[in-house]
Amino acid sequence: MDATTTTPTSRLIDTRGLEDLYDALVEEGYRVIGPTVQDDAIVLRELSSAQELPFGWGVRLQPAGYRLRRRDDTAAFGHSAGPQSWKRFLHPPRERLWSATRTADGFELSGDRADDEPPRYAFLGVRPCDLRAIAIQDRVLAHPGSRYAARRAGVFIIAVNCTEPGETCFCASMGTGPGVRDPGHDLALTELVDDGGHRFLVEVGSQQGLDMLWQVRSKRAGDATVQQARSAVEAAAGRMGRQMQADGLRGLMADSHQAARWDDVAARCLSCGNCTMACPTCFCTTIEDTTDLTGDHAERWQHWDSCFDLDFSYLAGGSVRSTPKSRYRQWLTHKLGTWHDQFGESGCVGCGRCIVWCPTGIDLTEEVRALRTERAQRSGPWERS
Amino acid sequence: MWPTRYVVAARQAESKDTVTLTLRPVENPIEPPRPGQFTMLYAYGVGEVPISVSGFARGQELVQTIRAIGAVTRALCAAAPGDMIGVRGPFGTQWQLSLAEGRDLLVVAGGVGLAPLRPALLAALAERAGYRRIVLLVGARSPDDLLFARELETWRGRGASVRVTVDRADADWKGEVGLVTRFIDGAVTDPARTAAFVCGPEIMMRICAHALVSRGVAAENILVSLERNMRCGAALCGHCQLGPLLLCRDGPVVNYADAAPLAAKQEL
Repeated sequence: MDATTTTPTSRLIDTRGLEDLYDALVEEGYRVIGPTVQDDAIVLRELSSAQELPFGWGVRLQPAGYRLRRRDDTAAFGHSAGPQSWKRFLHPPRERLWSATRTADGFELSGDRADDEPPRYAFLGVRPCDLRAIAIQDRVLAHPGSRYAARRAGVFIIAVNCTEPGETCFCASMGTGPGVRDPGHDLALTELVDDGGHRFLVEVGSQQGLDMLWQVRSKRAGDATVQQARSAVEAAAGRMGRQMQADGLRGLMADSHQAARWDDVAARCLSCGNCTMACPTCFCTTIEDTTDLTGDHAERWQHWDSCFDLDFSYLAGGSVRSTPKSRYRQWLTHKLGTWHDQFGESGCVGCGRCIVWCPTGIDLTEEVRALRTERAQRSGPWERS
Repeated sequence: MWPTRYVVAARQAESKDTVTLTLRPVENPIEPPRPGQFTMLYAYGVGEVPISVSGFARGQELVQTIRAIGAVTRALCAAAPGDMIGVRGPFGTQWQLSLAEGRDLLVVAGGVGLAPLRPALLAALAERAGYRRIVLLVGARSPDDLLFARELETWRGRGASVRVTVDRADADWKGEVGLVTRFIDGAVTDPARTAAFVCGPEIMMRICAHALVSRGVAAENILVSLERNMRCGAALCGHCQLGPLLLCRDGPVVNYADAAPLAAKQEL
């Protein structure tokens, strides 16, 4: 690349360029995390080369159903949200907070050096819905001086615009996609696979992204290509698998505490908590204090927890939310309603993972529709709801 | 957030299952807690629980009252002077005494709910002239369950009107019998100039607050102290949610105008 050219905001790379990008990231000391095929799913894992990306793999999604399928092209990002999200790297499922040793006077605390130094991750392939989810978790978890904030500060993000939404996706109705809508990424790719070849439009999102792009073999992106990429993303917005009627959700959730619909969902919900594990914004954790057999060494661990757990709301005398119905209601009304009160925005990004990974196929877009209908019927045509 | 290490400086049994610990820091102390706030107390190797501060002490010492109802609280209640306890905090909202300035302050306590109210009462008595009447209503299950029984007379001497009732009397009890909620009507003489702080079992707080409102006290002038499962105390773990509130951050002291609609919803 000619160093005298003006700052490139969009360039074009091919699959070799993708390998260059991978190599440049590793050279900079990043651990590159990206999608890859494993155990009949597309999971997020540390990649040992760009070739481990799921070239030619797509997915078929439905409520309670996820299957890989062979694509008829070699697209690397032609699939939508898998069972995991980037939260398992930024907000790990298990984390030791500190250790303690019994002493003559009581006890002494210590942290593990390794626990304290955050790894440097590069996330390759962050969908716009997941980019928003990261921003949402930042609002909840990135307290100054926290480990989350330290992990988050070092992350290099390569977002990927969606041109092929899944059957359960509804990012467009939640205002989070299919094109990248948030700052906070370093590079954004749009994949194009056709007679013109397998190439990626690369747009720069930060100075770090620009610096990284200099290490990569790239060409100028012509206007036609840029337009083709934009059109593909726009078209994707019209091909969403699902839709959420998103306006006034906070009010709908607040009005629906007594809705009969919750009994209907409760008959289907197993309280298994899969949705909370798969959801990219669910953040609840619990603290576990343990000792070894001698009692001389104690540790405090933090791990993911779910509001579907009976124990979650335990107070002396019993759990506040003792019925599965109340726990499903808590999850949905928090995600779509009280998250606004607590954090100033919706907790849902429209990725559809909860629909896919619910063993009984509960679809929150359908639940919201039913709650709206019920509220409208409750109010009647002559009363304000 | 790592626990700060304190040692038990003094231990006072309040009833058969309730103990007040005075804790002295052995390293940089936490910020002085305000009335209504709580800390997370850690019993080595057992666990951590949220406990309200129940008094003031010299310098940087903490005074906290614990009722033994589970593994961690039993371990804390068994702690002897010299034992080391971990402390994180202080967390949460406070009893806003400014709400009662120049007015009647009504403090209504049910059972162990007197503990979180005690610092607010002591602070008010320390500035007695700043308030009109100070009325304390205390309810306990039985005479043996009455907390801070020795101090009631002192509080009377410092200008509080104190009424005590038990649900169940014993042979020696010469005081009133019945639920504390019965005293509400009689305790309010000027509803428009009354602020009330209520703490106790949730059902007791709901009934008392409702009675206060019926008596003409504005809901915004009533504060209650709500409780939910707490694991982190720092608005990170999600456990203490009560509708839109995260009680470790937006509570435990909550204005009744905000709490009433939430209290009305079962299994919220």
